[in-house]
Amino acid sequence: MTDLVALPPRPTAGEARRPRLARWREPSVLPGFGLAIGVTLAYLGAIVILPLTALAVRPWEIGLSGIWHTLTDPRVSAALKLSFSLSAYAALLNAPLGVLMAWVLVRYQFPGRRLLDALVDLPFALPTAVAGIALTALYAPNGPLGALAAKVGLKTAYSPLGIFIALVFIGLPFVVRALQPVLEDLDREVEEAAQTLGASAWQRVVHVILPAIAPALISGVTLAFARAVGEYGSVVFIAGNMPMKTEIAPLLIVIKLEQYDYAGAAAIGMAMVAISFGSLIAINSVQLFLAGRGRR
Amino acid sequence: MSRAPVVRLPGIAPLLVLMAVTVMSVLVILPLFTVFHDALAKGVGTFFSKLKEPDALAAIRLTLMVAAISVPLNAAFGVAAAWAIAKFEFKGKSVLLTLIDLPFSISPVVSGLVWVLLFGAQGWFGEWLQDRDLKIIFAVPGLVLATILVTFPFVARELIPLMQDQGVDEEAAALTLGASGFTAFWKITIPNIRWALLYGVLLCNARAMGEFGAVSVVSGHIRGLTTTLPLHVEVLYNDYDFVGAFAAASVLASLGLVTLVLKSALEWRHAGELAARRRH
Repeated sequence: MTDLVALPPRPTAGEARRPRLARWREPSVLPGFGLAIGVTLAYLGAIVILPLTALAVRPWEIGLSGIWHTLTDPRVSAALKLSFSLSAYAALLNAPLGVLMAWVLVRYQFPGRRLLDALVDLPFALPTAVAGIALTALYAPNGPLGALAAKVGLKTAYSPLGIFIALVFIGLPFVVRALQPVLEDLDREVEEAAQTLGASAWQRVVHVILPAIAPALISGVTLAFARAVGEYGSVVFIAGNMPMKTEIAPLLIVIKLEQYDYAGAAAIGMAMVAISFGSLIAINSVQLFLAGRGRR
Repeated sequence: MSRAPVVRLPGIAPLLVLMAVTVMSVLVILPLFTVFHDALAKGVGTFFSKLKEPDALAAIRLTLMVAAISVPLNAAFGVAAAWAIAKFEFKGKSVLLTLIDLPFSISPVVSGLVWVLLFGAQGWFGEWLQDRDLKIIFAVPGLVLATILVTFPFVARELIPLMQDQGVDEEAAALTLGASGFTAFWKITIPNIRWALLYGVLLCNARAMGEFGAVSVVSGHIRGLTTTLPLHVEVLYNDYDFVGAFAAASVLASLGLVTLVLKSALEWRHAGELAARRRH
C-alpha cells in the first residue's frame, strides 16, 4: 500500500569496493547517511527517548503497590474512568458526524464547499486554550447555548456533558480527514451496478458504501479517541474540575505535580499511555480483520 | 470530479448539505465567532489596551521566542530524518518511524510531565542543576523543551512520504555528473521539497505558538516571565478578566486562521509537491 523507495539497481562494483559496509544498511550512491542518521538518533534520543524513559521508570520508585494505590485512589480512578468513557462516547458521535461531513464535502458541489472544507481543520488550528474558553463562554449557564440548554433542563458547561462537547469539537477533523480520501477513491461504478441491480439508496449505503469506508472510519474514530483521552486545554475550562465528578485524567497529573508527587504523576501518565496504546492495538486488530474481510 | 452524485434521491442532497453546515456552524464557527465577539465586548479601545499591557506584550515576546527556537530545530531534524529514512535502506526503519510519530500520540500534559521528571526539583537531574544554579523547569528552557517535544513530528512526517515518493534518481544523476553531495542536496533535494517543508514548518509553528497543556506543566505561571500567550489567556481567564483573556485569545485565533488560509493555499496550489496528504 505504501510505496517504499524504489532504489535504483545497486552498483555491484561499488558493493565490491566497499565490502565493510555495516550489515544493517544497504549500499547507496548518495552520501550523508552517517550525518543524517546521527543527527536523527541523537535528537530523537534527547527529545523523545530519554524523557519517555523517565516516564516509564519513575513510577516504580513507589513500587507496584504504590502505583496500584495511586491508580485505585477514588479520585484518580474516577478521573481515568471519566476521561476514557467520555472520549469513547465523543469518538462514537464523531463517526456519524464525520461521515456526514466527508460525504457532503466529497460528493456534492455547492457554493462555499471549499470554505467548509477548510473550516473542518479549525479545531486543529485553534490553540486548545482558545477553544476551551470559547466553548465555556458559549455553554456556560449565562452563555447563549448554555442558557438554551438550561431551558430544557440540561447543564452543559461544568458537567460531563460540557467535557463531551469539547471532545466532540476536537475529534471531528480526525474522522473527516480519514474518510475524505477513501470516499474520493470509492469506485462509483460499484454503486451504479448496485443501483442497476435494483438496490435502494439505503441498501447502497449499508451494503456498498459503509463496508468500503469502514476501515478508514475506524482509524479516524480511533485517532479522535486517542486525542480526546489526552486532551487538556480545550477541556479544563469547560469541565469545572470538581473532584470525583468532572476532573479529567490529565488534570490529575497536573494536581499530583503541584503536590510534588512525581512518582504518582508519572504513574497516572504511564497508565494513560498504556491504556491508550492497549485500545489502539485492539482497534487496529479489528480494523485489520475488517480490511481482510473486505478484500475477500 | 464533476460527475453527478450517484445517490440521487430528490431533496436529500440539499438536506445533507444543510445538516453539515449546521453541524459546522454550531460546533466550530460559533466558538470562533465567540472569541472575537467577547474580545470586542467592551469596544476596540479596551481590546487594544488589554493587548498593550506589559504582561501581554511579554507573553507575545516569549511566545515568539519559544517558537523561534523550537521550529528551526524541529525543521532541521525533519530534513535530516527524512534524508536518512527516504534516501537509504536500513534495518529498523519502521521502528524509527514509529518513534518519530510517538509524540503525536501522547497527551500534551505528559509531554510536559516528562521534563519535570528529568529536570524538576526532584527530577533525575534536579540536584545537579540546582548545584549549578541552572533552571529548566519554571523557566524558558523548559518551555522550549516541552514545545519541541509536542511539535517534534510535524516537519519529518510531512517530508518523509514525499521524499520516499521522489526517490534518489535525481540526486544520483547529479552525483554521476560530478556534483558534490552538498550541491545535490542544495540544488535538487531542497527545491524538490520546499513546499512540503514550508507546509510542515507552518503547522509546526502554529502548534508551537498555540501549545497549552505541555507548557502549562513546566511554566510555573510566573507572570511576565514564563507565561506564553496561551498561558496568559488562562491566567487572565482565571482572574475573571474575560475581555483581556479573549483579546489575547483573539490574537491566537487569528494566528490559527492565517495558518489555515496559508495551508489551504498550499494544498490548492502545490498539491502535487506536498506529501501524499489526500491520496495516501
